[in-house]
Amino acid sequence: MADNLNGWLWAALQTLLFIGGAPLLAGWIKRLKCHLQNRAAPSLLQPYRDLAKLFAKDLVLAHDASWIFRVTPYVVFGAMLLAAAVVPLVAIPLPTAAIADVIVLVGFFALARFFQALAGMDIGTAFGGMGASREMTVASLAEPAMLMAIFTLTMTASTTNLSVAIQYILNAGLVLRPSFLFALLSLAMVAVAETGRIPIDNPATHLELTMLHEATVLEYGARHLALIDWAGMIKLMIYAVLISNIFLPWGIARHLTLPGLALGTVAVTAKLALLAVLLALWETVLAKMRLFRVPQFLGFAFVLSLLGILTHVILESAL
Amino acid sequence: MHLSELSLFSQGILVSAALVLFTSFVMLAQARIQPLIYAFAWQGALLSITTALVALVSGHTHLYISALLTFGLKALLIPWMLYRLTRRLHIQYDVEIVAHPSLTLLGGAVLVVFCYYVALPIAQLSTLVTRNTIAVSMATVLLGMLLMISRRTAVAQVIGFMSIENGLFFAAVASTYGMPMIVELGVAFDVLVAAVLFGVFFFQIRTSIDSLDVDRLNRLSERGE
Repeated sequence: MADNLNGWLWAALQTLLFIGGAPLLAGWIKRLKCHLQNRAAPSLLQPYRDLAKLFAKDLVLAHDASWIFRVTPYVVFGAMLLAAAVVPLVAIPLPTAAIADVIVLVGFFALARFFQALAGMDIGTAFGGMGASREMTVASLAEPAMLMAIFTLTMTASTTNLSVAIQYILNAGLVLRPSFLFALLSLAMVAVAETGRIPIDNPATHLELTMLHEATVLEYGARHLALIDWAGMIKLMIYAVLISNIFLPWGIARHLTLPGLALGTVAVTAKLALLAVLLALWETVLAKMRLFRVPQFLGFAFVLSLLGILTHVILESAL
Repeated sequence: MHLSELSLFSQGILVSAALVLFTSFVMLAQARIQPLIYAFAWQGALLSITTALVALVSGHTHLYISALLTFGLKALLIPWMLYRLTRRLHIQYDVEIVAHPSLTLLGGAVLVVFCYYVALPIAQLSTLVTRNTIAVSMATVLLGMLLMISRRTAVAQVIGFMSIENGLFFAAVASTYGMPMIVELGVAFDVLVAAVLFGVFFFQIRTSIDSLDVDRLNRLSERGE
């Protein structure tokens, strides 16, 4: 019993580290992008300050706001919190591993997105409705690609449970799997689309005609906006952790010992910092694409994940 | 034998084979001329890496020569010639309008499944390390054909043609550890000559119909002006 309780304590700590670290990752990416684009960079802690400022502000609600509009920030943040609890960040053998299923994760994302789209339409402004429609378009194209990429992983590890899959990859040692390469590329493309980064969406702009994600949250302010922004940062971190821990799981703690956990924290920090450099480079090199090019981008991601499954069958089958 | 029991080099063969397939899909998706040429060059480079790895694993030293030849011709010389041609024709920044891009990609995926089905009995008979990549090499051939069918500009069609040749070479390496040296040399120089001739043809087509869109060749009429 005490052992079990201990495990839950570690799981709660890991989740806290996850949601606490998410703004830091966002700040780090912003800083890198500023350096790459020859701009003066804000402090690493700027996202925390922004969130604190928003939390301290008085709430202003639109006249036509219904309960959906008021509930959405909490639902979105709650879904992301649960999703963050499910993803193995520092250690594998946690009690949350039992529900660390990828399908559950996709479900959490879908729930958050559904409420966000509803809230976008709730106020009745043109931008909200437009943003909701665009967001759902992107999501309906990104979700199958993501699921296919995950199925590629599932076919290798014979499980949809993240912890078990990571354990499997760790046990197998260094094996070059062509299917993982495709799944990695596809998942990275989906992550870019789902978290609203360039070239699908520009997180730094409020230009009316090009924004996707920002349009649905245009009417939010104060603590509601803070929760939604924070949820967005957590979502970015979840994708980054998924990519780095599934495809490069080395360093993650396999036992709940202090040195192991410390090593796990250092390893995951290093991996995320490196991934952020890649993302910042990608965002600096590419320009935002037209909305009507997005289906092609995500179609390519889908074909990539399909290729992942095919190469698994063709090249990695028992010889 | 399972994948994890193979040596790292054998796994490397599979990975680079998969990457060759990937470049075929990139070419299908790429509408701009210059990136198309780069993707073609990458395919040649990956093909030569695959060949070199096969040579390393199987111990057939003549494959090193093939790998070098492939790298020199298909990764450097021919892409460079095509690049220079597009510069001289001032079409290097052209963007071709590809009809149904996503559908073409999915069609490509269907072709891969088809090739897997066709190559399965061959792979079961073979005892080589590379037997699983036979399906991939066939898919490269068919994807090159799909590229030729789905594009209308002459340059893209030529790249499709060269990519078919890449696939054939790959198939030879995958199924029998390469063709006899004399055949390989002959094919290599044929491809080189073809590349030169295509260049001449580009200019001919361009001067006679004012465009590189070969669809316009269908509209020949006998009424002499």
